[in-house]
Amino acid sequence: MPTDSGLSWNPLADIQQMWQLDSMVNAYRAGTIVAVLAAAVGWFMVLRRQTFAGHTVALAGFPGAAAAVYLGVSASWGYFGFCVGAGAVIAALARNGKGGMAGESALTGIVQSFTLACGMLFVALYKGFLNGINSLLFGSFLGVTPGDIAVLAAVAVAVLAVMAAIGRPLLFSSVDPAVADARGVPSRALGVLFLVLLGATTAEVSQITGSLLVFALLVMPAATAQRLTARPAVSLVLSVLFALSVTWFGLGAAYFSPYPIGFWITTFAFGCYLLANVYGFVARFVVRWRGTGRRHVVEVLGVS
Amino acid sequence: MEAAELDDAGRRCNAGNDPIAVVELRGASAAVGGRILWGGVDLTVECGEFVAVLGPNGVGKSTLIKVLLGALPAAAGEVRVLGRRPGGAGAQIGYLPQRRSFDASLRIRGVDVVRLGLDGDRWGVPIPGARRFSARRRAEQARVDEVIELVGASAYADRAIGECSGGEQQRLLIAQALVRRPRLLVLDEPLDSLDLPNQASVAALIGRISRSEDVAVVMVAHDVNPILPYLDRVVYLADGGAASGTPEEVITTETLSKLFRTPVEVLRASDGRLVVVGGPEAPALHTDRHLGVRSPVAGASAGADHAH
Repeated sequence: MPTDSGLSWNPLADIQQMWQLDSMVNAYRAGTIVAVLAAAVGWFMVLRRQTFAGHTVALAGFPGAAAAVYLGVSASWGYFGFCVGAGAVIAALARNGKGGMAGESALTGIVQSFTLACGMLFVALYKGFLNGINSLLFGSFLGVTPGDIAVLAAVAVAVLAVMAAIGRPLLFSSVDPAVADARGVPSRALGVLFLVLLGATTAEVSQITGSLLVFALLVMPAATAQRLTARPAVSLVLSVLFALSVTWFGLGAAYFSPYPIGFWITTFAFGCYLLANVYGFVARFVVRWRGTGRRHVVEVLGVS
Repeated sequence: MEAAELDDAGRRCNAGNDPIAVVELRGASAAVGGRILWGGVDLTVECGEFVAVLGPNGVGKSTLIKVLLGALPAAAGEVRVLGRRPGGAGAQIGYLPQRRSFDASLRIRGVDVVRLGLDGDRWGVPIPGARRFSARRRAEQARVDEVIELVGASAYADRAIGECSGGEQQRLLIAQALVRRPRLLVLDEPLDSLDLPNQASVAALIGRISRSEDVAVVMVAHDVNPILPYLDRVVYLADGGAASGTPEEVITTETLSKLFRTPVEVLRASDGRLVVVGGPEAPALHTDRHLGVRSPVAGASAGADHAH
């Protein structure tokens, strides 16, 4: 960090100062890619109520990265290998009964505890590793290389392209599986594919926020956006905007403060979620209070 | 149905002379795990007719729907849907599965759920603002609006569907099933879990739609009374057998006693409701979805309490 790294009252000067560092510029690039991807995939995850599966898949990044470091290969390989693998395992073993996704929660818990145990095993095997645990679990934005960014961008483009191709049937089978099945939508195959995409996404996000704080970008922006509006297109866009602003502010705050990036991103995202809930509560109150003027209020506030 | 009435409606129903019936069952029977559920079903459903599938719990009413949709082959007999084998008619059939209610936290509008019924199985994502340059998108939007208007859901279609009441959700789901202009609407207990006023109004809605849209309706029902005024035909399923015909022919003391091989009495209350008294217990081997609702012959059980 430069010696004059204090926060001034001039935001432009602050940004200029921050971006003089290549590592910060790289962090912003990586953060932007990760935020867009996490918000889009997370939006479907929240809609499908698969946050527990998402959490487990994300935690698999911890043993993945630990194994990669132990074997002396890039941590990215570990993240992608283990996260996608965990997604595939859950998808392959889960049997969607009448309860929809409910049947997979026990299985997900089993996979989760096993991956964490594996992570500790690799940490134990690699004795000098302990200092790295914090950044694996809680994230770090320093040391992102241009090569990393290229990989992040390539994976993000691939995942988003697949998401765009399956978006509408995936939405259908998430909202209304019985009718989607009757209409010939391959719900089961889509569910498997989505968990694999979720694995790739969490692998990316883990590299910025760490395995434990993936949800800051995966769940909170999507949940906040869905709280604000029931229009799918609008809430998807809002989700991406929330994730971007939370990441950008989080990176800035982490640069100008001694506290870690994961804390800042999570705090900002949580703040947005709380505000969205307050807004939803107030809007509903206003609607009830206005009574007959409901339609008008709904239009003005954009609540539905 | 009067031929003249059909002529007036005249969109797709061919004055009763349509060579192809919407549904044609001849001696059909269904078996699950080697056990015959029901058998000997003869049924012809013409264009625009409203037909109820009745019977005790666990007799296989929903299985009849699976057979019609082609999800389960008939164990015996012939089944034709719109002149084809079951499962071959695709978009011409609108299907409303049993008892779906959307979680209160599901943040998707009713109009989006209806819309998914139209194009949810299409790959890709809708392009924002395509309405401006795509005539097809405009036509699709108009169809969604039209069908929501038809079921009277315009006032709440823009609300999150999880926040709608059970009756409102059911109307939106009927709109979803209707949005592709099907010729056959298959409904599995759509009145289940609705309160009595909503049962009456949704039943009236289905009856009205079957006439105005020329869509044949096959509806599994637990209780015949809400839909009785609108029915053209009923199928009464019993353990191993079945009876079909007009409600006046089938829901009688004689027919049901013969069908269930045990004395059954059909009473008509002063308000016109039918009450079926006596009859066999539901077959022992089934998972009762309606735990706590113990009616002997469930098809006409609005007065089930009196039956015991």
